[in-house]
Amino acid sequence: MIEIDGLTKRYGDKTAVDGLSFVVEPGVVTGFLGPNGAGKSTTMRLIAGLDRPTSGTVRVNGQHYPGCAAPMSELGILLDARSVHPGLSARNNLLALAWTAGIGRRRVDEVIELAGLADVAGTRAGGFSLGMGQRLGVAAALLGQPQTVVLDEPVNGLDPDGVRWIRELLKSLAEEGRTVLVSSHLMSEMAQTATRLVVLGRGRLISETSVEEFTGHATTGGILVRSPETARLSELLAATGVTVTDDGTDLLHVSGATAEQIGMAAWQAHLPVFELTPARASLEEAFMQVTQDSIEYHAGATR
Amino acid sequence: MSAVTQTGPLSAQTAPAPATVAGRVTQVRVVRSEWVKLRALRSTWYCALLAVVLIVGVGAAITGSGPPYTISAGNSAAGGVAVSLAGVVIAQLVLSVLGVLAFSGEYATGMIRATLAVVPSRLPVLWAKMIVVVGFVLPLSLLAAAAEFFVATALESSRGGSAISLTDPGVLREVVGAALYLAVIAVIGLALGALLRRTAAGLAVFAGVFFVVPIVTSYLPHAITGFVPYLPSNAGGDLWGAGKLFGGHQLGPWTGFAVLCGYAVVLTGLAAWRLRHRDA
Repeated sequence: MIEIDGLTKRYGDKTAVDGLSFVVEPGVVTGFLGPNGAGKSTTMRLIAGLDRPTSGTVRVNGQHYPGCAAPMSELGILLDARSVHPGLSARNNLLALAWTAGIGRRRVDEVIELAGLADVAGTRAGGFSLGMGQRLGVAAALLGQPQTVVLDEPVNGLDPDGVRWIRELLKSLAEEGRTVLVSSHLMSEMAQTATRLVVLGRGRLISETSVEEFTGHATTGGILVRSPETARLSELLAATGVTVTDDGTDLLHVSGATAEQIGMAAWQAHLPVFELTPARASLEEAFMQVTQDSIEYHAGATR
Repeated sequence: MSAVTQTGPLSAQTAPAPATVAGRVTQVRVVRSEWVKLRALRSTWYCALLAVVLIVGVGAAITGSGPPYTISAGNSAAGGVAVSLAGVVIAQLVLSVLGVLAFSGEYATGMIRATLAVVPSRLPVLWAKMIVVVGFVLPLSLLAAAAEFFVATALESSRGGSAISLTDPGVLREVVGAALYLAVIAVIGLALGALLRRTAAGLAVFAGVFFVVPIVTSYLPHAITGFVPYLPSNAGGDLWGAGKLFGGHQLGPWTGFAVLCGYAVVLTGLAAWRLRHRDA
């Protein structure tokens, strides 16, 4: 579990994170979203104790992380920027981290295998591709079997096979009861993996919710109606004052009426309807709407 | 799916903590971790090889090039050994690089983030690096200085110079002292690397203080040069006889060495403060 309370971080006169409070629960994958510069990476550095908060507190599994006796059992972290030594082999990079917690070679070999690095384990990490470096970073985060896993853009640079590996990995970590916080720019990826969401904009919390609620609240909304009589149905509905978009296929996009109202109207006019579907906004659309609002709000507030 | 969303966090709270393999961070474990890094980096072995070659090579070249060394009233055995150890002056630059890189290399590559994330109390990392750097440089320098002593004495006896033995006054102290001096130099390099975080900055400061300042001060008017013996290179150099090479202003071997160690302690203290209190 990660508990963040009133967290603020200033670098000089630039405020990267501003009065942030949220909780990341164990047992589910929590997506961490926000436009570039929203403060996601800064928050992750603060969670790992790499930077000190200007004010506010971060607790990892109920403890102040820098004071933990066995840090690697509490938190495993992959940071956006590279944090491996290019002059050391993949195995030595992992071994150097492992020894600090008394983790042996067997576990190191295990994560090397898990991350698909067995063939390059003895090669200097400096020659690694972005994807390989990313796999090494994820392997490092998993080394101590931590209760809480924080990954910044883990799918960055990964091939489709690697993307699927991360997706399944995150889900299985959550199923084991671990806390999983993961950021990504790939909304479709996030929609598939995450159950909860924490959304930042300009260093502030915009939303802390479930993926379903988040997309449900987006206003794209409307109802998709499939019917062989789209022309007559569209005329009928337009007469009641709702907005109907007819794209010439057998689908109508109706907003301003509920599915019940549309179904009833069609039944009364003896028009067949094959499908009535609430049109949900995609996570990406919801994200754009929400973050756009926050940016406009902030721009207005500072004027 | 929505049912899972609702019950996930609740069921996890009642579930036992997930399995882990990670134990507590101890100083011994961090030392082991730092040894993996130092041992596996090529730069460590380049520096080591170069330092040995410089100590033995420069010493042999100087010993072999002058007239045979004969012990007399003005020329002590220890003086002859000091001359043969002149390579230490250049080797110290190489070993300071080793020290600086042990810390600045982590900042340059970003590995420091991984290191401090697994040792968030941070200071054990500094102590561990210090232990492995001293543990590596001290035996290495001792080996090189001893090898140089035997090469130099063999050279002298082959060309008719006086026989010098390790039991002659001050000789053993100079040979061991050269190794002690170089070990402290590596610690100063390490502290500079931790304090300044940049390889170039660390090396510039080291070279400035150990090479440029001593030369500049030799041109200063006599009245204001009272501090010169306290410069780290001059103070520490007394232990291995550098004063006999460059002349003047001695504090005495162990007092001088204590002054050099004082610099190392102050720099290490500053490095520890910065490591502990500043963002990584």
